[in-house]
Amino acid sequence: MSVLVLAEQRQGQFRRAAFETVREGARLAGQLGAPLHVAALGSGIEKSAAALGGYGATKVLVVEGDAYTAYLGEAWAAAAAEVAKRVSARTLLLAATSLGKDLAPQVAARLGAGLVADCVALAVTDGEIEATRPVFAGKARVRVRSAGAPLVLTLRPNVFPAGNPTGPPAAVERVEVPPCPARSRVVGVETAAGRTVDLTEASIIVSGGRGMGGPENYRILEELAREIGAVVGASRASVDAGWRPHSDQVGQTGKTVSPNLYLAVGISGAIQHLAGMRTSKVIVAINKDPEAPIFKVADYGIVGDLFEVVPALTEAVRKRKAAEGAA
Amino acid sequence: MKLVACVKRVPATDTRVRVAADGVSLDPQGVEWIVSPYDEFAVEEAIRIREKLAGSELVVVSLGPAEAAKEIRTCLAMGADRGVLLEDRAAYARDVSSVAEALAGAIREIGPDLALFGRQSVDSDSAGVGPFVAALLGWPVLTFVRKLELGDGLVRGHREIEGATEVVEARLPAVVTAEKGLNEPRYPSLKGIMAAKKKPVDIRPAPPLAPRTRVVALELPPVRPPGKVVGKGKEAVPELLRLLREEAKAL
Ligand SMILES: Cc1cc2nc3c(=O)[nH]c(=O)nc-3n(C[C@H](O)[C@H](O)[C@H](O)COP(=O)(O)OP(=O)(O)OC[C@H]3O[C@@H](n4cnc5c(N)ncnc54)[C@H](O)[C@@H]3O)c2cc1C
Ligand SMILES: Nc1ncnc2c1ncn2[C@@H]1O[C@H](COP(=O)(O)O)[C@@H](O)[C@H]1O
Repeated sequence: MSVLVLAEQRQGQFRRAAFETVREGARLAGQLGAPLHVAALGSGIEKSAAALGGYGATKVLVVEGDAYTAYLGEAWAAAAAEVAKRVSARTLLLAATSLGKDLAPQVAARLGAGLVADCVALAVTDGEIEATRPVFAGKARVRVRSAGAPLVLTLRPNVFPAGNPTGPPAAVERVEVPPCPARSRVVGVETAAGRTVDLTEASIIVSGGRGMGGPENYRILEELAREIGAVVGASRASVDAGWRPHSDQVGQTGKTVSPNLYLAVGISGAIQHLAGMRTSKVIVAINKDPEAPIFKVADYGIVGDLFEVVPALTEAVRKRKAAEGAA
Repeated sequence: MKLVACVKRVPATDTRVRVAADGVSLDPQGVEWIVSPYDEFAVEEAIRIREKLAGSELVVVSLGPAEAAKEIRTCLAMGADRGVLLEDRAAYARDVSSVAEALAGAIREIGPDLALFGRQSVDSDSAGVGPFVAALLGWPVLTFVRKLELGDGLVRGHREIEGATEVVEARLPAVVTAEKGLNEPRYPSLKGIMAAKKKPVDIRPAPPLAPRTRVVALELPPVRPPGKVVGKGKEAVPELLRLLREEAKAL
């Protein structure tokens, strides 16, 4: 009756979302009085897996092999389900990343488990897990429990704190699972140009909407982003206008993000945009229309022309950094 | 080629959510219902394949209340050939597994080469049913597909992952879930709407499957504490910066 965390890595590196999931799994296991197991799939990950110890794993079960170099749902789901069975997992946690969202339902199907996707809070109530997840594009939430079956839960990245690494390195133990013939394969990966951190993993996001007026004006957002270590996002209006790629879109039909800081620049705050960013910790709005709905969810707002406010903000941050550097 | 597209009847995206008296479901009073937007991408893509490959058939499958026949008709008007409605008056009490098991049963019976789903339904927002069905059927799945190509017993999909686009190939039969950008769904033409009236919709009870999860409460999200307008124009910038650093500790 254990808790199993499936920690996600890419190219041998464990992702921050993996640390968050391990930390949360350890917390839940503690509250449930259940053993915690942590597992990872990949090739050449035995060294890096030890780092999960910093987040509460004492041991990491590693499924190693060339078959796990690239992510493939069928093979990974078969291996993950096998590990879950061996450790008698009642609760399986994954990060709600593109990989986790693809994998979790397939594992749940193989385990006869229920799926609770994209959780934003987990608690132990009456000795069982109660998960909170947004529905209706964030306009409401449900609190969900098991109806008797094991549960596979995915955790929205950036919501659960990973904290600083504390524990000693984890022991790593290899587990062998029977290979699963896969009828799919990755034939190519095109890395998005110039982007190192994905929107969903960014801790600060500066998004520009229709108010930006044109693709060339995003330069001022990029300058601000560089100063404050942010990634640039967009509203659907600016994506539909062809100013920004779809991968930048935040909202109901774009990405769901919850950074520490979200700056909405020239974005009105339509309900479908809020769906993607309302769980951000701090929201700032810069908009010339004082009636814009974005001000209703913003913690801080400036009413004004973005072409005046944004460069001033960039300049102020730059000056502040220079002053601190000199001090 | 035989194609299935699974579509869900959902509240329109601008619906104001009110919690029903039971405390766990949406109050349906005054709600307008639509085909879940991502499912339209799935249907459109399937219609395009069917139009290209002679002798193809597209079956639209939905699990929902009797009223969901309307959403099936919308898809028939777009160009699908026939519909299957797995009727369940309490469809909205189902969870991912109890929907997926029912759909997988219907798909197995129809026996398509390709089953298309939306990336996620815009009410439950799980993005779970498509890959869940694939695993039940033992088929490969390509999720969040933005570009699709078919050839020689294979399907190839471009899917966005964090910071990259991945191209994945799968052998048929397979499941695909549609992401925005895959296509521009057409509006049903008047001719399509007329034709849809004559297309068959097979209505049968959905298998009564117990959900594996239970909703204990549907709630409105916590209201964000009222924010403050720091000021007007660039004069407000120093104060904003101070608040972000000292009060919010966000910079
Ligand atoms: C099914 C569906 C799904 C959708 N999904 C999404 C989604 O995923 N993401 C999304 O964002 N939207 C989505 N939308 C669209 C959404 O309804 C809005 O149309 C969209 O968010 C508007 O984008 P915007 O705020 O950039 O543009 P607008 O609403 O046009 O707002 C522009 C804002 O910029 C301000 N402005 C203009 N010039 C300046 C200036 N010089 N200085 C300061 N402020 C200025 C204006 O006051 C205005 O508030 C969806 C809609 C539907 C129906
Ligand atoms: N009741 C249903 N009937 C038909 N298809 C459904 C139903 N529920 C979900 N789906 C399909 O599964 C996809 C993902 O749904 P979900 O897992 O609820 O986000 C949807 O976009 C639909 O294609």
